[in-house]
Amino acid sequence: MVEQTIGKSVQRKEDLRFITGKGRYTDDINLPGQAYAVFVRSAVAHAKIKSIDSSEAESFPGVRAVLTGGQVADDGLGSLPCGWMLHSKDGSEMKQPPHPVMAADKVRYVGEPLAMVIAETRKIAKDAAELVAVDYEELPATAMVNQAQEGAQIHAEAPHNICYEWELGDQEATEAAIASAAHVTRYSLVNNRLIPNAMEPRAALADYNPGSDELTLYTTSQNPHLARLILTAFVQLAPEHKLRIIAPDVGGGFGSKIFVYSEETALAWAAKKLGMAIKWTAERSESFLADAHGRDHVTEAELALDGTGHFLALRVKTTANMGAYLSTFASAVPTYLYGTLLAGQYKTPNIYVEVDAVFTNTAPVDAYRGAGRPEATYVLERIVNLAAVELNIDPVELRRRNLIQPGDFPYQTPVALEYDTGDYEASLNKALERAGYADFSSRQEEARSRGKLRGIGVSCYIEACGLAPSRMAGSLGAGVGLWESGEVRVNPTGSVTVLTGTHSHGQGHETTFAQLVASKFGISVDDVEVVHGDTGKLDFGLGTYGSRSLAVGGSALSKAADKVIEKGYKIAAHLLETERDKIDFDDGEFRVRDSNQSKTFQEIAFAAYVPHDYPSEELEPGLSEKAFYDPVNFTYPAGTHICEVEIDPETGKVEVVRFTVVDDFGTIINPMIVEGQVHGGVAQGLGQALLENCVYDEAGQLQTGSYMDYAMPRADDLPAFSVDTTVTPCTHNPVGAKGCGEAGTIGSPPAVINAITQALGIRDISMPATPEKVWRALGAGRAHV
Amino acid sequence: MSKTHVTTSINASLHEFLCEPGDTLLDVLRNELQLTGTKEGCGTGDCGACSVTLNGRLVCACLVLAVEVEGMEVGTIEGIGQSDSLDVIQEKFLEHAALQCGICTPGLIVSTKALLDENPDPTEAEARYYLAGNLCRCTGYDKIIRAVMDAAATLGGAKEGV
Repeated sequence: MVEQTIGKSVQRKEDLRFITGKGRYTDDINLPGQAYAVFVRSAVAHAKIKSIDSSEAESFPGVRAVLTGGQVADDGLGSLPCGWMLHSKDGSEMKQPPHPVMAADKVRYVGEPLAMVIAETRKIAKDAAELVAVDYEELPATAMVNQAQEGAQIHAEAPHNICYEWELGDQEATEAAIASAAHVTRYSLVNNRLIPNAMEPRAALADYNPGSDELTLYTTSQNPHLARLILTAFVQLAPEHKLRIIAPDVGGGFGSKIFVYSEETALAWAAKKLGMAIKWTAERSESFLADAHGRDHVTEAELALDGTGHFLALRVKTTANMGAYLSTFASAVPTYLYGTLLAGQYKTPNIYVEVDAVFTNTAPVDAYRGAGRPEATYVLERIVNLAAVELNIDPVELRRRNLIQPGDFPYQTPVALEYDTGDYEASLNKALERAGYADFSSRQEEARSRGKLRGIGVSCYIEACGLAPSRMAGSLGAGVGLWESGEVRVNPTGSVTVLTGTHSHGQGHETTFAQLVASKFGISVDDVEVVHGDTGKLDFGLGTYGSRSLAVGGSALSKAADKVIEKGYKIAAHLLETERDKIDFDDGEFRVRDSNQSKTFQEIAFAAYVPHDYPSEELEPGLSEKAFYDPVNFTYPAGTHICEVEIDPETGKVEVVRFTVVDDFGTIINPMIVEGQVHGGVAQGLGQALLENCVYDEAGQLQTGSYMDYAMPRADDLPAFSVDTTVTPCTHNPVGAKGCGEAGTIGSPPAVINAITQALGIRDISMPATPEKVWRALGAGRAHV
Repeated sequence: MSKTHVTTSINASLHEFLCEPGDTLLDVLRNELQLTGTKEGCGTGDCGACSVTLNGRLVCACLVLAVEVEGMEVGTIEGIGQSDSLDVIQEKFLEHAALQCGICTPGLIVSTKALLDENPDPTEAEARYYLAGNLCRCTGYDKIIRAVMDAAATLGGAKEGV
C-alpha cells in the first residue's frame, strides 16, 4: 500500500534542480547564433518625440538592426490591450487609450521603450543604444496621483486623466446610516506604491523559423496561454497556432509576470521581422522602471457605528493610480478585487465605495500580490482599529461584536460577494492564544523597563480567490473566461504525466498537484510528473494569479483523474469478468467486492495501451483524460494576523518581535508549502508596512530605482513567523481548497501599523513606517505632551 | 578589442577562457563556461544571487572582473554538491523547503557555506546578519534560517563525532 500524502509535508519535487544550480530559467537558455536586444527608453516622463536618429547606432560594428516604435506602427501591430472593461457610474465605458508596443509619437513615463537595438552581443547592443539620439519636446508631467485630475492631460481620450469613475453599493442608504449614527470614525490614508521585484528579472528569447512560419517565445510568464492569446488575437503578431510560448522555470512573479509587456512583444515581433533568434534580459534598473507596479491608492473612509459598537455603514472614496497606460488587468484591481472586499469579516449592512482611476506619467500599475485585497483590508482593519480607540473598546472585542458567524453562511455582503463558508472567530481565538494576547501587558511592562515601547496589533482579513466563475467575470467586464484545464495522462507502465494550465513560479505545484493526483490513484508521488508552462504541450490554460491554482487548476485535475478512474472501472470489469458496479477502487487496486479478485492500477493502464484482452466494442484504447473546471463561486480564505512590535525610541527603529498568523485555507494538501506561502506573503506585507516605497518626483523621475533606494526586506529585518490554520473546506470545489498565495500580503500591513500606533500612542502613521517617521512621530508626541 | 587569456581554478578544476577587459566573472561563468547556476539578480552587488567564493572569500560575481580571477580559486554552486551527492546545506534546504522559485537559492547556498566555514556555530541573529546580503522575495527567510541552523547543528554534530 502506498502512503497517502494529502495533508503531508512532502518534500518539494522541484527543489533538487534548484539547490544544485540546475534550474532552467529563461536567461539560462541560449540558441545558436542568437542576437541580443537592448531597449532605448524614455528619459523623460512626458514628451512628444520629435525625431529619433538611429544612424550612428545602426553603423556601430556588430549591430544588426535598430527598430523603433514608428516601425511597429508601420507594421500594423495592435496596441497592448487591457483585459477588463470597466464602466463608470454614468454607464460610460472606461477610457482605454492605445498602449503602443513601443512609443512612436509620444512618451508617457520614464522608462517607456521607444526603440530597440539588436546586436551580436549584449554589450554591443548596450553601447549602441547609447548612440540612439531622441529629440523630445517636453510636456509638463503629471506624476502625483492626488494631482492627476488637475494635471497636464496625458491621453487625448481621457480628459482630466480620468480612466473611469466607478461605484459599488447603496449610496443613499449608506449616507443615511452615517448621518444618523451614534459615532462616525473618519480616516484618510495613502496605500504606498510598491515595486514587485521578483528576484528573476523579466527575460525573453524569441526564435523564428521562416520555413515553417513558427515563432517560439521563451519568456518569464505566469500565464503563457493568455500571453499567446493576447499576442495573436489582439496584437496580431502571428496566427495563434504558429506562436508557441514557453515559460520555463520562472523566478518569482507576484503578479508582475502576468502581464503582456512591451519588451517581450517587441522581441517576438523583431525575431519574426528579422528572421533570427533574439534574446533580452532586463537589468534590475529596467525592472524598477518598467515592471508594472502595485497599490498606489489615496483613500478617505468613514465607518459609522451604533451606540453598542455595531457597524452600521462604511463609505470609501479612493483615487487609484493606473500609471501611464492600462496594463493587462489594471482596471479590475481597484474595483472588483477591492470594492467587493470592503465588507471584510463583518456584518456591515451598508457599504458604498467610489473609485476614481486616473492616469499619471508613471509606470503602469497592475496586480501585485494580493491585488486590491490588501488595499481593502488596510482601509477596513485600520478604520476598525481607529473606531475601537475612539470608543475605548478593545480592538479585538469590537471586531468580535461584528463578525459574521458560522451560522450566517452563505452570507451575502452588500458589495456583491456571497461568502460560502468560514469560521472567523475560530481563527481569531486561535491566533490570540498563539500570540499570547492576554499576557501582552506584562511584556509591554518588561519592555518599558528596558526603555523600549511595545505595541500589539490585530488584523482580520478576508479575500476572494479562485478567479473566477467565467459567467460572473464576463458580466463584470472580463475579456476572458477564468476556468482552468487539466490533463491526466496515465502512461502504459502506470506512471502519470499531469498537465496543468496553471503555472508554478515558486508555488510548488509540481509537488502539490502530484500529491493530489497520486492520492486519487493510490500511487506514489514519485510516479507523477507535473508539466506546465508550454503552449505546445497543453491545449489552453489561464495561468497562475489570484491564488487560483489549486482551487481552480487542482479542481480540473481532480475531475480529469475521476474520468480516468471511471474508465479504469470499465476496463477492470472486463478483465475481472464482472460488472462495473461490483468493483471498488481503493489504494491503487480495483477489487471485486466480496472476493479476492483484483487488478492494480498499473495492470489496468497496461491493458488500456496493450488492448489484447479489452472491451474494444465500448471503450477506446488508452488512459488519458482532460477536464475543464469553471468555478461556481470565488473562494474566501480568511484569518487573523497579530503583530507585536518593539520600538527603540532613540532611533525610531521598529522590530517585529512576534508575528502570528492563523489562516483558514480550506483543505490543505501540503502544509509545509502552505506555510512557506504564508511566510513569503507576510514578508512582503511587512515590507510594505516598514520598508518599501516607490517614489516619483514631480517631474516623473523615479527616485527609487535601485536596491540602494528601494528597501527590500532582508534576513535581518524579519522575525521568525508563528503560523497555524483552522479548516472549513470550500463548499463548492472538489478539492475543498481556497488558495493561500496572497493571504500573507493581505492581512499583515494593518496588523503592523495597528501595533506601531498602539506602541506610540498615536492615531496614525503612514506606510512605510520607517525609523525616521517613527522618530518624528515620537518627537511630535513629546512636544504635544 | 583584444581578449585576455585567463587561467583559473573553478570548483577545483582547471579552466582557461578568453575575456574582454569589461567582462565580469558572472558574464564568463554564465555565458562562456555555461555555469548557469550562478544567477544575476541586480548586477550591482545588492542582491547576492551571483554569490561565489574567490580563494574562499564570499563575493558577488557581478562585481568581479573576469581578468581578476587569474590564478585564483573560484567556487560556485556547481561545486558544492550534485543531485546524487548533496552537501549537508543542500539537504537541509530541501528538508526545510527553504526555497520557492529557486532563483536566489544557489547564491544563498554558497553564502551559507561561507558562513559556516567562517562561523560553524552561528546564533540565529548572526546567521540573519551574514545572509542579509542575499535577497529572497519568496520565503520571508524563515525556512532558510531554519535550514541554516539545522545544517550548522548537523555539521557541528559531525565534527564532535570525529
